[in-house]
Amino acid sequence: MADKLQFDLVTPEARVFTGAVDMVVAPGSEGDFGVLPGHAPFMTTIRPGAIAIHDDGKVSRTFIHGGFAEVTPAGLTILAEQAIALADVDIAKVKAELEEARLNARDAASEADRRIAEAEVEKLEALIQAVETV
Amino acid sequence: MASLKELRSRISSVKSTQKITKAMQMVAAAKLRRAQDAAEAARPYAEKMAAVMANLANAVVAGPETPMLLTGTGKDEVRLLIVAAADRGLCGGFNTNIARLARERIAELTRQGKTVKVITVGKKGYDQLKRLHADKVIERIELGPKLDGALAGRVGETVRALFEAGEFDSAEVISSEFVSVISQKPRAQVLIPASEAIDPDAPRPDLKGAIYEYEPDEEAILAELLPRYVDTVILAALLENAAGEMGARMAAMDNATRNAGELIDKLNLQFNRTRQAKITTELTEIISGAEAV
Repeated sequence: MADKLQFDLVTPEARVFTGAVDMVVAPGSEGDFGVLPGHAPFMTTIRPGAIAIHDDGKVSRTFIHGGFAEVTPAGLTILAEQAIALADVDIAKVKAELEEARLNARDAASEADRRIAEAEVEKLEALIQAVETV
Repeated sequence: MASLKELRSRISSVKSTQKITKAMQMVAAAKLRRAQDAAEAARPYAEKMAAVMANLANAVVAGPETPMLLTGTGKDEVRLLIVAAADRGLCGGFNTNIARLARERIAELTRQGKTVKVITVGKKGYDQLKRLHADKVIERIELGPKLDGALAGRVGETVRALFEAGEFDSAEVISSEFVSVISQKPRAQVLIPASEAIDPDAPRPDLKGAIYEYEPDEEAILAELLPRYVDTVILAALLENAAGEMGARMAAMDNATRNAGELIDKLNLQFNRTRQAKITTELTEIISGAEAV
């Protein structure tokens, strides 16, 4: 396949990935979707989950949460709040964090704190699921 | 004239002050680099976000269903100022300049008959505003040691909760623009309603005649994105602030080190003169004593 898809993964902290790839499969809020070169322009929000970057027969998976994807003729751009390469995830640590987040959600003093903690729980659950389905 | 002993202790005290300011300058220089890198790294995200928001805002027809974060409440009576300054002082006019702009904005808005509410981010912002405007400050947030998306999220969450509670109609962020290492300019930028903040001329992707599809629809995406947009603007402002703070501190401490150096030179000169004068006096006394015998 001569055509490649220009793919950018950007978080507030850094430009995590930029380059030409064969295909990207991403978790849209309405369901997973795959983007190949020449995809029609569209935009969707993202649910917490893993994106799979397919290139040269290799697949690399990165967990992202919070953000959206935009496909334009120029390529695919995903803006995520956070991106964690699944290879770097320490599952025991994540589970400990999840426990703590659940406690935080239960004991939150204010409405705002509770919402933050609940989002954290949801994120960590999705992360664990993403790791375990590899 | 001060005694030799006093002069000596002055000199050593100024010297140790100089050591401290020198160390602070070097620490600030190191932190500045990191803060600048962080601000740089956040830029692509903020730019992309602004472009997408502009795109979406154009696609959505304003109606009763449109999120209020975008269109505002329809009133413009209560304005929220988010004053972002530093947690620490000793950075020249950095905090003062931000506080001054905040006071000017408060005065101006009050003149227009609007109610002003203030959220301060960073200890020094509150410290500088409390004398005149303590009654307007409804929330105080400290920066803490780590500046990241979580902190911006906390600020954003606070702002949104207040907005949903109908505490204010529009909001703006007062922070420092990082012009260069030696120059920071305080600025006020509109945050809510977002439609006023979005640059309609932001570069939009060329679709080559294709039609954009939204999934879910535009409004749902907007509702999801606007809170993020608020966070992004706040994070960008905070990161730029951090870089500006370090730049200002570096310049201020550089100045202080130089001033201390000058003071040491002056005190040394005075010390040597005094010592010489004392020796001369003693000599004169001995000689005249010897002559008298």
